[in-house]
Amino acid sequence: MIRDFLNYRELLYALTWKEVRVRYKQSVMGFLWAIFMPVLIVSAGILMKVGFSFSTGRHIDVTDVISVSVKGVAWAFFVGAVRFGANSLIANSNLITKIYFPREILPISNVLASFFDFLVASVFIAIVMVFIRPVVSIHLLWLPLLIALLVAITASCALLLSCANLFFRDVKYIVEVVLTYGILFTPVFYSARMFGKWAPLILLNPIGAVLEAIDSVVVLHRSPDLLWFGYAAVFAVAGLIVSWAIFEKAEPMFAQEI
Amino acid sequence: MSTAAIRFHNVWKKFRRGERHDSLRDLVPSVARRLFSRQKAVEVRPKEFWALRDVSFDLERGDSIAIIGPNGSGKSTTLKLLSRILRPDRGSVQVNGRTGALIELGAGFHPDLTGRENIYLNGAILGLKRAEITRKFDAIVAFSELQDFLDLPVKRYSSGMYARLGFSVAAHMEPEVLIVDEVLSVGDYHFQEKCFAKMREFSRNGTTLVFVSHNLAAVSTLCKTALLLKQGEPVYQGDVHTAVSKYYSFYEENNNSSRDVEITDMRLTDGEGRSREVFDPGDVAILNVTFKALTNISRAHACVYIQTRDGISLFDTATSRHTDARVTLSAGESATAVFRVRLNLRGDVFRLGFSISSEFDEYFLYCNMSVKQLVMTGDRKANGIVHFDPKADLLIGKVSAGEEDLSAALMERA
Repeated sequence: MIRDFLNYRELLYALTWKEVRVRYKQSVMGFLWAIFMPVLIVSAGILMKVGFSFSTGRHIDVTDVISVSVKGVAWAFFVGAVRFGANSLIANSNLITKIYFPREILPISNVLASFFDFLVASVFIAIVMVFIRPVVSIHLLWLPLLIALLVAITASCALLLSCANLFFRDVKYIVEVVLTYGILFTPVFYSARMFGKWAPLILLNPIGAVLEAIDSVVVLHRSPDLLWFGYAAVFAVAGLIVSWAIFEKAEPMFAQEI
Repeated sequence: MSTAAIRFHNVWKKFRRGERHDSLRDLVPSVARRLFSRQKAVEVRPKEFWALRDVSFDLERGDSIAIIGPNGSGKSTTLKLLSRILRPDRGSVQVNGRTGALIELGAGFHPDLTGRENIYLNGAILGLKRAEITRKFDAIVAFSELQDFLDLPVKRYSSGMYARLGFSVAAHMEPEVLIVDEVLSVGDYHFQEKCFAKMREFSRNGTTLVFVSHNLAAVSTLCKTALLLKQGEPVYQGDVHTAVSKYYSFYEENNNSSRDVEITDMRLTDGEGRSREVFDPGDVAILNVTFKALTNISRAHACVYIQTRDGISLFDTATSRHTDARVTLSAGESATAVFRVRLNLRGDVFRLGFSISSEFDEYFLYCNMSVKQLVMTGDRKANGIVHFDPKADLLIGKVSAGEEDLSAALMERA
């Protein structure tokens, strides 16, 4: 099955490219789409920080603003990828009933297309950071690994939810609601540290753990909390294996259930 | 290793009418019900039905088979099983070699992308590598004849252009096994001919062909064997012409609603009196109809018609055109009408109609425009509906050759 998937990797590229291309085609904003959602999330985060600074009387900290931006961009990727990924099978029902290819390619290509948006937005943030505070540290080397974890967790969600959405059409509404309010349960605008001894509760959400780790290595210049890093890594690998297995199991029924 | 291209063994496939559970909301109660009711698992639950029952066929490399049958007989299901879109409930499906499936042309097209972009996308969906598509790009475009529209989004294409592009991409994937579902009825006449030529080329080059179509004329020229399905069950497998004639016999209802006459016997034979339904171009056919009067009828005559399947009249003749005899019968008496025609028709299926009219042609005592099916075998010598027994040759220089020279030249070559 993995070999089948590899045989079709050209299709994965082609469909990813199509997703990217279609999103920017015949749209008012073109490539600005890639940073539209991150900019909204980041602005909301900054607004909150400003609000807090008024109520507590403390000056707004530039580190906080950068933290919110970095985590906001990563969160925007997660939300976008899961939203598109969950709908990917339904949206391509004509392909599923007409042509054979490994179906994993559909949610995965949607995740990759969102990842492309994420890269564009990241470059944008990086440029801003260079102007505000051009500091890098050795801990930045963690970043690729952390992004890989983020992508893996996102991909497992997309696989599982696209499959569930195919069988039960109300899944997409549940996904919408969870994604909308998920930001309040994930340390994007705030940090898990603020919860003191209750912080682990917040970090049980693996996306939260990954976001905090990214915040550590990019903004705070220190290595991530290894315990929570390990937790997220186990979650990512196990999640990918389990969701892929479930997807495989359900795949033969796709064409007749869709 | 065996050379079988396709092994389709005792395949059963069931479907459900309607959805099982559409939303999670329905799932929870239904799972609960299943847990508590302890019903034994039944083979086919109330809403399920068998779309395919125990269908088998084998194809060697380079063979071709047509799958025919009325709507809902399981043709498309068979194709989807072959192309791995569906999995069988019982039995096994094995396809060896690179498989191309033309189940719907341009199924992977995205309307917002241009023709050029869609060629790459569709090619990838059909399993081509990017480098392969680049190599074949010009050939694909040339075949589709859409050079001028390549940079137009395909949503601006007409449906014919859409299908042309779809077929062109699919036709260039060099499959070892090609599965074709009713996709050739697209485009204009010129393009259809091109598609058929491409199919025949595939077939000559050793591609294994599985072909579903309602265009039975096309079926019988492309394939030698056929599988006839009816409501998911195999009815006949073998010679394509026999299969086609059996297919049409499904539709030969007993349409004898006349209160005036009853057809008691009807036989279609060749010149030697052997019963036949399949004829070669130029064959003699004899139709023998015996009818019994149910009421008193006076001065009746009989007519025979030949029509294409779409009901275009090709020919009709009446006994009154050949003889002055008309029959006057009292109730219970019988008479027989005999027609002899030479079937200069090309390979296709035609309808044979029969009617009995009363004296002044005011109304029909009996009329059925489809009493029999005429299945004509095709040859490659001609196109069209009629067959004029053509001979042709190409001679160097300006020669005025007569029939004798032509026959001699052809004899010599043979």
